[in-house]
Amino acid sequence: MTGLLLRRFAGAVVVLALVVVGAFFLLEAAPGDAIDAYVAGIGGADAGRIAQLRTEWGLDRGPVPRLGAYAVALLHGDLGWSTGFQRPVRDLLLERLPVTFAMMGSALAMALLLGVVLGFAAGARPDVWLDRILSVGSLALYAMPGFWLSLVLIAVFSVSLRWLPASGFETIASDKTGLARGLDIARHLVLPVSSLGLVYMTLFLRLLRDGMEEIWSADFIRAARARGISGLRLSLRHVACNALAPVITMLGLQSASLLGGSVVIESVFAIPGFGRLAAEAVARRDTPLLLGVVLCSAVVVLAMNLLADAAQAWLDPRIGTAGGSQ
Amino acid sequence: MPIDRRALLLGSASAALVLALPRAARAAAQGGRLIVAADSEPSNLNPAITASNGVFFVASKVIEPLAEADYNAPDGLAPRLATAWEGSPDGKSITFTLREGVTWHDGQKFTSADVAFSALEVWRKLQNLGRVVFKDLAAVDTPDARTAIFRFSAPTPFQLIRNALPALTAVLPRHVFEGTDIMKNPANERLVGTGPFKYAEHKPGEYYLLRRNEAYWDPTEPKINELLFRVLSDRASASDALEAGEIQLAAFSAVPLADLDRISKVQGMKVYANGYEALTYQLIVEINHTRKELADLRVRQALAHAIDRDFVIKTIFLGYAKSATGPVPQYDKTFYTPDVTQYAFDPAKAEALLDEAGYRKGTDGTRFRLKLLPAPFFNETRQFGDYLRQALGKIGIDAEIVANDTPAHLKAVYTDHAFDITVGTPVYRSDPAISTTILFQSGLPAGVPFSNQYGYANPKVDAVIAQAAVELDAGKRAELYRQFQKLVVEDIALINVAEFSFITVASENVLNVSSNPRWAVSSWGDTALQDFGP
Repeated sequence: MTGLLLRRFAGAVVVLALVVVGAFFLLEAAPGDAIDAYVAGIGGADAGRIAQLRTEWGLDRGPVPRLGAYAVALLHGDLGWSTGFQRPVRDLLLERLPVTFAMMGSALAMALLLGVVLGFAAGARPDVWLDRILSVGSLALYAMPGFWLSLVLIAVFSVSLRWLPASGFETIASDKTGLARGLDIARHLVLPVSSLGLVYMTLFLRLLRDGMEEIWSADFIRAARARGISGLRLSLRHVACNALAPVITMLGLQSASLLGGSVVIESVFAIPGFGRLAAEAVARRDTPLLLGVVLCSAVVVLAMNLLADAAQAWLDPRIGTAGGSQ
Repeated sequence: MPIDRRALLLGSASAALVLALPRAARAAAQGGRLIVAADSEPSNLNPAITASNGVFFVASKVIEPLAEADYNAPDGLAPRLATAWEGSPDGKSITFTLREGVTWHDGQKFTSADVAFSALEVWRKLQNLGRVVFKDLAAVDTPDARTAIFRFSAPTPFQLIRNALPALTAVLPRHVFEGTDIMKNPANERLVGTGPFKYAEHKPGEYYLLRRNEAYWDPTEPKINELLFRVLSDRASASDALEAGEIQLAAFSAVPLADLDRISKVQGMKVYANGYEALTYQLIVEINHTRKELADLRVRQALAHAIDRDFVIKTIFLGYAKSATGPVPQYDKTFYTPDVTQYAFDPAKAEALLDEAGYRKGTDGTRFRLKLLPAPFFNETRQFGDYLRQALGKIGIDAEIVANDTPAHLKAVYTDHAFDITVGTPVYRSDPAISTTILFQSGLPAGVPFSNQYGYANPKVDAVIAQAAVELDAGKRAELYRQFQKLVVEDIALINVAEFSFITVASENVLNVSSNPRWAVSSWGDTALQDFGP
């Protein structure tokens, strides 16, 4: 398994380099640069000032020298200067990363927990009324766009009932610390995490339920039944455990799309996270910032996939050895 | 005995007064925290470098200009850091008398040296708009701490400088900026000013916090203890936050026009359509004059006759706009003239003009095709783009919409000239010379946003602009700009469709909202909260 991890790590470095170069040229291909975005924001400037700024921000150089300079700085651990925010990229990432992590982590945990519990409930006895309700319900939920679900939740729980805050990551400028602050953040996260988590929950639910349904008809289940194993023990140890592998794989894959989904949720709930930073970086043509965000996200996704692989190898030793023998 | 109506009215009025007294008395109390929606976070907050609404919104509470716009004062200006201003007849100097007893937020005394430094080192050299207005500023004499004399190398109209005072003369503390790289100074973010509020904290992506300045030069201000600007970039968030009671005020139309009707019915909520007169925007159709068809005046006239302004104002702006006659908005009593060519909505006439110009309808009913680029700046800009496409379709012009985001739009229009017509929204800044004449002047370098990149060149217009730039007599100068309006409207350099501004939605609890023509970007020293709790 160590060999597998090492090879995966080397692959990850190559992927990161490709991701950075790809993102750089994608943004480069978008018409307009950081100066255009900046000057639009300040309502105009004269030709002299625009030329001055272009030199100051290093935009008078071609894309290749700029990418080269970025790569050299990156190897020295320097993530560069954000032109859009006029601050070091590293500071911006460090401020926003924990916020998105808290949100993503909670959403993923909620999706997995609810998805597995409900998926098991549905899959334990396929095609009875509970299964049908859960299947239809999850399909409806899955079909809902995340932003729409968010708006409905805000309208009900914030505007009408006033139970939960409509926006923000915590009560602003409240000087709360410790447990009080933790609770405050948790309260603010209920709606965004639900909007994000509920949609992903449906995926895990369907995956586990369908997997279990398939396994019920497998030979080894009949064999187990013949040996006198039945009821909850059979459902849990023999059926659910074997249907769990695709759920774990999906968990790794979903971390990537979850990051994408957070762009919308963070905008709707005004949460200062990674997704909004990425959107701002594109709108401001802030190349160093976008590269920083992309790099960080890629690391997160790769790490999640690595973890999912390791978990699967642990669940099913055949996966690890098959990989090792290739 | 018949009841005397007047006495009854008087009686009820005084009863109302008596009833209102306790409220008014409470209003005079100071304190509380006002939470406001901010729709963006500018990359720096220094209004002396960046004269823009996004920067002013937060910074104007901390850093003050020499004078502020006022509904009633002479020349529409109320004193701030300057108490008097006087121009010399030759247009070569202006003497400012500065306010006594003003201190910076770090305790240092405010003097004429601060004004001299700000004017020479920042407004003239670095500020996006000051570089135009103060281009001939050669020196600032400071005979004493209360006097600053601006010396110009070429005659500069006093009227222009006066009109530029509110927006372009934010004064910075010399002792903080002198000898540093001004663009990189941390005080561009952690502002040090003389205003009623002090900069306290900025949590990026979340909020700006300002606290009351106990040592403010006007002892009766500020009325509020804390101003909190919450960053809510999504427009729906702002109206939700208002309704959920999380914020008390949303300026700059943070609440979309479509939501206004609903939110105005929410109890305790008020909608203000004033307080932005000095920030009037214009919805315009920019025309690429190098395109063969559009170079023909008759075709441009046809475009102008194809637009139903009443429909645009009622449907797109839901009534929160006025029909525009030319490049100067109606609120500006000094320069505006209604005496320009009018282009009534008349599709039949438009079609006749196109026929006359030789662009007959083809077999598919189309005369020619145009590329239409609506700017992405406001919802209304894009909606008008859709309307314009339909309106032009009706007279046989097939307009293809090209939607871009902001940087891409700017590059396409102002650098690459890759458009036939666009929908834009220039802002009028109290004097045509600040940012309006550059929309019409010819020979400007490519790549300058919000300037004439339309290939429009008219020697008569250029001559009037040049003459007005050096005209010292305020009356004659205003007359030249009225002539300028007539010329460009007659020639249809571009089409001014509507003038519009922003809306503020606030809780009734907030007092003195929209009290001057630049209210959202002014100091808010007199803004108060009625019931702010313990």
